[in-house]
Amino acid sequence: MSFGPHLFLALLEGTVSAFVLALTALGLSLVFGVMRIVNVAHGEFFMLGAVLAWFCASLVGTPVAGFLFALIAAPLIVGALALAADRLVLRRIDYHPEGTIVATIGLLYIIQQAVLTLYGPEARPVTPPVYFILSFPWFGYSGYKLVVAAISACLLAATWWLLARTKLGLYMRAAQQDLEMAQAFGVPARRVYAMVFALGAMLAAVAGVLVVPIQQAHYLMGLDPLLLSFIVVILGGLGSVKGTVVAAFVVGISDGVVSVFFSPTLAKIVATLLVAAVLVVRPGGLFGEDRA
Amino acid sequence: MNDLATHRVLALHLGVLALLFLAQFALPEYHHTNVARIMVLAAYALGYNLLLGYTGLMSLGHAMFFAAGMYGAGLPVYYLGFGAAGALGAGIATGMLLAAAFGLMALRTSGVSFLIVSLMFAQAFYLASLYFNEITLGDQGFILSGKLAPLQLGGTPLGFHEPAVKYNAALLLFAACFLLSLGLRLSPIGRVLIAIRENEERTRLFGYDSFRYKLLALVLSGGLAAAAGASYALLFSYVGSTFASILFSIYPLLWTLLGGVGTILGPLVGTGLMFYLVDIASGITSAYLLVVGVVLVALILWFPQGIMGTVRAKWLPWLP
Repeated sequence: MSFGPHLFLALLEGTVSAFVLALTALGLSLVFGVMRIVNVAHGEFFMLGAVLAWFCASLVGTPVAGFLFALIAAPLIVGALALAADRLVLRRIDYHPEGTIVATIGLLYIIQQAVLTLYGPEARPVTPPVYFILSFPWFGYSGYKLVVAAISACLLAATWWLLARTKLGLYMRAAQQDLEMAQAFGVPARRVYAMVFALGAMLAAVAGVLVVPIQQAHYLMGLDPLLLSFIVVILGGLGSVKGTVVAAFVVGISDGVVSVFFSPTLAKIVATLLVAAVLVVRPGGLFGEDRA
Repeated sequence: MNDLATHRVLALHLGVLALLFLAQFALPEYHHTNVARIMVLAAYALGYNLLLGYTGLMSLGHAMFFAAGMYGAGLPVYYLGFGAAGALGAGIATGMLLAAAFGLMALRTSGVSFLIVSLMFAQAFYLASLYFNEITLGDQGFILSGKLAPLQLGGTPLGFHEPAVKYNAALLLFAACFLLSLGLRLSPIGRVLIAIRENEERTRLFGYDSFRYKLLALVLSGGLAAAAGASYALLFSYVGSTFASILFSIYPLLWTLLGGVGTILGPLVGTGLMFYLVDIASGITSAYLLVVGVVLVALILWFPQGIMGTVRAKWLPWLP
């Protein structure tokens, strides 16, 4: 393949992964923006989504029904789990910034190792619900990947609608801007925090469900989306849907292009150092004021 | 601190070192090696505690200093035929240089941002150790036995594979890091560091350049971590990129939290306890890291002061 089609393929791959990354990162970004905590276990919610999708697919006969079942059931289960984590752990330590990080590192290992015990160390594939090839003059491209992009776009729009147009979204934005003032106006802070934490986890889980027909379900698959989401959230600014989505596209597409033409490892090294530099140059920087 | 209290502190800490020395004659073979390993890892935790416990900076990237010490010592032995002393020196120097370079950039941030920056740098370091696998041999790593000449002590060769040499070398390293931490804690510099932990603004108001003190603490912390990494490579004869992964940044945090943040004895207690917990769990299940998760959550929820921190709060208020 010559340079042009090669670049086109890289851009296409980058765009699809950018959509999935945007969903995952948006979950992390909402949690960070509203609750001011860093959820290190976020990648494990993504992994749980993928593993549950495999489980649902193995329960239901046809790929389409299994996929639709997973698309609804997996986020609900993961959301319930996140609610429990919020209620049993995070609320009890009063969302202390550093305490939360330690606690969510603990959750990361608990979830990951529980999946290792119950699901095993194998990577398992899931059949895509739809199968067609989009043929370009130079190569054929899996149609399912475009379905992933389309569903992601719908979910991103739905999240935006939730934030901008509903009462819960209003509460969330109020809590983000000034928690005490919001509480004074009757915003039920605890319930809003719990909802945000569950919503963030559900976004990651949906991304996991979408990705599993492309990339097999494995108990260690959560680390990469976690680190990429960190990068996106830092670049995009906290809690802003627009910033997160834009940053996800910048990171996703450039990651795709650099990975195709150079090495995926080099792409990650460069991205990681770049983001660390951004944080350093703007101390407390894109994270806003530090409450630690 | 008055003389009596200083004597008490010295007696307790020197007593612990004496106990560790005597333990080698009583321990069965399996635990003999384990305790040697624990002492090296506890030196790493001591380094971590300097930063978290006495300066108040939580890092999620200390594996890069540990691994820098490891590669700084291991690569010269493997490729250039360095002896043990030269390799240890090279390892410590590598770690301190990396810590200084990292600190000059990262100490402009604090709190959660510092934590994320340290995570990012450590991840870049880990990926780099995989990327340059022609030199580092990446995941697979390399073995030093056969490459490292035995130490000569008055004409008798001392090979690091001999259990007694391994144990006492580990004890020597641990004692050095332990006494350095204690000395720093009791010195005026240590008091400034604690002041920074308690209230950085106010410390600056008193005229202390907090950036320079934090940099000093970070370089010392990185130096201890690197000394531990270099010793680990030399004593246990293996260097690999696993030791640069996130898990090895989380371990010292866990050991320090369990033993008691901001206590000199805490890192040893926490490392020893956690080492055996993981050891027992890995005999039962392949999902032994579950223990790490459960202990972290339990510590944060019910036991934030850790073991020695609780001992200090309840019974021994003079414990440094």
